[in-house]
Amino acid sequence: MIFSEKHELIRKLARDFAEKELTKDILDRIEETNEYPKELLDKMAKAGFFGIKTPVKYGGQGSDMLSYVLVIEELARVSAVTTVWVSAPNSLGGGPLLLAGTEEQLQKYLVPVAKGEKIMAFGLTEPNAGSDAGATSTTAVRDGDYWILNGRKTFITHAPVADYCIIYAKTDKTQKGSRGISAFIVDMKLPGVSLGKPEKKMGLIGAPTSDIILEDVRVHQSDMLGEEGKGFTNAMKTLDIGRIGVAAMSIGVAQGALDETIRYAKERKQFGRRIADFQEISFMIADMATKLQAAKELVYRAAQLKDMNSPDATQAASMAKYYATEVCNEIAAKAVQIHGGYGYIKEYKVERIYRDCRVFTIFEGTSQVQKMVIANTLLKK
Amino acid sequence: MKIIVCAKQVPDTNEVKIDPVKGTLIREGVPSILNPDDANALEAALQIKDNNPGTTVTVISMGPPQASYMLRECLAMGADEAVLLSSRAFGGADTCATSTALAAGIRKIGDFDIIFAGRQAIDGDTAQVGPQLAQRLGIPSVTYVQKIREIKENSVVVERALEDGYEVIEVQRPCLLTAIKELNEPRYMTIFQIEEAYKKEIKIWDENDVNVSPDVIGLKGSPTQVFRSFTPPPKGKGEMLTGTVNEMVNALIAKLTEKHVL
Repeated sequence: MIFSEKHELIRKLARDFAEKELTKDILDRIEETNEYPKELLDKMAKAGFFGIKTPVKYGGQGSDMLSYVLVIEELARVSAVTTVWVSAPNSLGGGPLLLAGTEEQLQKYLVPVAKGEKIMAFGLTEPNAGSDAGATSTTAVRDGDYWILNGRKTFITHAPVADYCIIYAKTDKTQKGSRGISAFIVDMKLPGVSLGKPEKKMGLIGAPTSDIILEDVRVHQSDMLGEEGKGFTNAMKTLDIGRIGVAAMSIGVAQGALDETIRYAKERKQFGRRIADFQEISFMIADMATKLQAAKELVYRAAQLKDMNSPDATQAASMAKYYATEVCNEIAAKAVQIHGGYGYIKEYKVERIYRDCRVFTIFEGTSQVQKMVIANTLLKK
Repeated sequence: MKIIVCAKQVPDTNEVKIDPVKGTLIREGVPSILNPDDANALEAALQIKDNNPGTTVTVISMGPPQASYMLRECLAMGADEAVLLSSRAFGGADTCATSTALAAGIRKIGDFDIIFAGRQAIDGDTAQVGPQLAQRLGIPSVTYVQKIREIKENSVVVERALEDGYEVIEVQRPCLLTAIKELNEPRYMTIFQIEEAYKKEIKIWDENDVNVSPDVIGLKGSPTQVFRSFTPPPKGKGEMLTGTVNEMVNALIAKLTEKHVL
C-alpha cells in the first residue's frame, strides 16, 4: 500500500519514539520487574498515542484508524507489551465509550482516558464465557436509580491498575444468549469491587492482568453505557476495532522478528559461510517476508475500510486478525529456529517475541472465532 | 515575540554510503531528514513559545519542493507557520548565496525578535549560513549556544560553548543564535499536530516573491565552485610496539624523534 505523506510522518513519529525510548535496557527491566515505567506512559501520552483516533473534543488527536495501525505496528516492532498499553485507551477502553457514551460520560470518562490520565479496562470475558461471550453470567439488577452488579470477569487486561472498567452484565434474564446484556462503567473504587491475583503470563510481561470480582456493586443509572439490553452489540463493535489493533501488533512484532533474523543470518557462520547463504535458510526468510507483506496489506485494508465506515470492515478486520496473528506466530517460530540454540536464550530478542505473540491468536477473538465471523459474512447473507 | 527558525532538509548521513569505485556519495534511497542541529534550534524556539504565550514561531527553509515534508515535521513539532524558498534560481547555492536568499525571505516575513539556526548542517558541515545571515540582516549573532539563560526585555542572555568551557553573553534583540545539540532535547511531534500540519498551507516563495535578483542567488550567486569531491584515502595501518615497557618507550621516543614530533 502507498501511504499519504501524513501517514508516513505518523509512522516516523512512532518509529523515532520506539527506537529512542524503548531501549534494550528498559525492555529488559520491564521483563524482570513486570512493571511498565510511568515515565514512558507519560511520554506516550504527550505524543498523543492514547487517543489517536479519539476526536479532539474528547481529549484525543482526531486522527484515523490507519494512523492507529501505523503507531501500533512501529511500537510493536520493538516492544509488544508497549502496544498493550497503547491499544487499551484507543480500543477496548475508549472504544465502548465512543460508540455509546452520552456527552456527559464522554467528558467524564473518555477525556481522561484519551489523555492518559486514567485507565479504563474492558470486562467482557468470564470464566465460562470466553469465545461464547453471550454466555455472560454476571448480572445487574435494578434497584431504584442504581443497578446491583454481581459476577466475575476474567483475564482482564490492566485490571490491577485500572481506574474504571466497562462491565458487560445480564440485565434481562428472560432473554436468551447474547440478548439482554447491558454495559456499565464501573469505578474500580466502588464498594464490592475486588481483584483476583495478577496472572503469571507466558508473555507480554509488564501489562498486568487479573480477574475482577463484583459483589453487590451499586452502579448509578447514569453510568449505564448505551441502551439497556444493547451491551453485546457494543462489545462486538468494540472488538472490530480491537481486532485491527491486534492485527497491527502482529505485523509489527513479525517485522521485528524478521529484522532480527536477517541480521543474524548474515552474521552467523557455519560450515565456513554465512547461514544466509544456505538455500534452506534463505527460502525460510523469503517465505517469512512474503507472508508478512500479505498480512500487512490485509491489516492496512481493514483499517482503511474502517475509516470509510464500509460494511465490509467487520469481515476485513477478522481476516486481518486471523491471518496476521497466525503468520506472526509462524514467523516468530521460524525466527527462533534460524537463531538455533541462541533463539532459546533470553539474551536474544526472538525469545521474547516468540512468547509475546503466542496470545495474539487467542485474545480479542481466537483464530477460530475469526473464522466464524468470516464464514458468517459469507454464508449467512 | 516573533521567532524565526532556519531549517534544512539533509540526507541522513548515518545512512549514506560511499561508492567504493567512484569515491562519491550514494544518495539514492537515502532518507532525507530535518538537520539535527536545526531540530535543536526549533526546540529552543518552541520552549520560548511555551513560556511566553503569544509567541509565534515561523520556520524558513530553502530547498526543492520535497523539503516541504521536513517543514510539515517542524509544524508537527509545534511551529506556527512555514515558508519554503523554492525555485530553479535558488539551486546550486553555496553558503554565500544561501544566506542572501534566506535574508531576502526573512525580510519578507517581516519583524522578528530572535532568529534561531542550527550550528551547521550534517551534509555540508560549514557552519557559515547562520553568521552570514546575521551579517546580511545587520544583527548580532551568537554561535554555539548551549544554554539560554534568560530572555530579557530587549536582550537575551546565553551560554556560548567553547572548547573547554563556555562564555556568558548578553546580546541585544533582534539577534541570531545558532544551536548545538547540548542546548536541548528536541520534542516529538504529536499525532494531533501532524493532523494540523497537513491542514496548514506552506508558503512557497520564489526569487520574485522575495524580491531578490537571480544574479546573487543559486549557482550564479555562488563564489564557491566545487572543483572535485573525493574521499580521503584511508589511514594506513598503525604499528604496534612490542617488548618490555622500557623497550617500547625507547622505540616510541625514537620514532617520534625521527618524525620531528619531539
